[in-house]
Amino acid sequence: MSLAIRVIPCLDVDDGRVVKGINFTGLRDAGDPVELAARYDAEGADELVFLDITASSGDRKTMLDVVRRTADCIFIPLTVGGGVRSPDDFNLLLRAGADKVSLNTAAIADPNLLSQAAERFGAQCVVLSIDARRCPPGVSTESGFEVTTHGGRRSTGIDAIAWAIEGTKRGAGEILLNSIDADGTKAGFDLQLIEGVRSVVQVPLIASGGAGALTDFAPAVNAGADAVLAASVFHFGEFSVAEVKQELNEAGILVRLIAH
Amino acid sequence: MSIRDIVILDYGSGNLRSAQRALERVGATVTLTSDFDSAVNADALVVPGVGAFAACMRGILEIQGDQIIDRRISGGRPVLGICVGMQVLFANGDEHGTEVAGLGQWPGVVEQLDAPILPHMGWNTIRAPANSKIFDGLADERFYFVHSYGVTKWQLNGNTLDRQPPVVTWCTHGTDFVAAVEDGPLVATQFHPEKSGDAGLALLQSWVRSLY
Repeated sequence: MSLAIRVIPCLDVDDGRVVKGINFTGLRDAGDPVELAARYDAEGADELVFLDITASSGDRKTMLDVVRRTADCIFIPLTVGGGVRSPDDFNLLLRAGADKVSLNTAAIADPNLLSQAAERFGAQCVVLSIDARRCPPGVSTESGFEVTTHGGRRSTGIDAIAWAIEGTKRGAGEILLNSIDADGTKAGFDLQLIEGVRSVVQVPLIASGGAGALTDFAPAVNAGADAVLAASVFHFGEFSVAEVKQELNEAGILVRLIAH
Repeated sequence: MSIRDIVILDYGSGNLRSAQRALERVGATVTLTSDFDSAVNADALVVPGVGAFAACMRGILEIQGDQIIDRRISGGRPVLGICVGMQVLFANGDEHGTEVAGLGQWPGVVEQLDAPILPHMGWNTIRAPANSKIFDGLADERFYFVHSYGVTKWQLNGNTLDRQPPVVTWCTHGTDFVAAVEDGPLVATQFHPEKSGDAGLALLQSWVRSLY
């Protein structure tokens, strides 16, 4: 009897449409985030993450509509991130039906945003999203990991482990840790990065980046992740959320199993 | 059977849309409002709450939520508290060493859980007594929690001879804490039934049916 490890699909949404290739059969509209979210819910997803990658800030209304339509029919927690710049952005997403909001670039530019959001809305809905990588030549941090922005294309020189500590001190109630090195490789999670952050923070930790096989998830949990997140392997139908949970269950890790 | 009119008390707290839609899904007609008379007179009242105990108490007091709940309970009219909406029903909240008075429907202090990882975030099991109504058929399900504070000691004073003893359901995260209370018309859950998938909808449905 204890808390279950969470399995979380992530959807990249551009102007109201899911952008990464979708290979699901049986969906009326595979590009509709709401329909895809419902599919993941039925498979046993414990939460959902929507990442708004819309380039122009003028189209944010579209994302609010997606969040509203999702919250209207799906009754598991929803985290929304991407382009959140102010407590007011935060508030709009929460009022639309998001349960948590993730901050990334804006928190690096102004770490006070974390504390402002935590004070106003509660730390439980403030997720600090960190895109971390091993320091490339010419960059050096104490932990050997640095924070990047712009999907890993821009170096900040900020120590990723130190940033995790500072972020939680400032009020983040959860960390979404994405390994830029592992992301897209399908070679497994960056276990050293997970262990590094786990050893210094006392908030829940979502591990992201690198999932390519069913057997990749248990090591991430054993390295200290409270939740595991993946995108493309689910979208392309390589395996399902239910299969990941089954695999974790067989590895002796507690999960919420759905009866069908 | 008529459709039950439920008011969700809107005092400025977090995501209320999910609670509204979940209750509608199980057959209720739902209004979000801070209007005193509507809240007092509705077939049932939901008191939501996320974030800090003190902030929620301020919001509730501003709209005279304390009187709304008192009147409803003394008239035997159903109230459901969710998350911090449950916590404020206790006597006190202790955040960072500062005590804030709660609504005092039950004795006890809401304090930070003693656990290695906080918030307690995710799907956990519960231990419901056999006479629980809201967990009937759901005792083996997991429910979605997100909170750092809770009530770890249940203590009821002796002056309760006029009522049935409350049914208390427990959960464990680092330490044991109260996951739900069923006390006549007053029902409360520390977890979010509106975020607990099919199990949560089933719980809400049995609560809504109990209103008939």
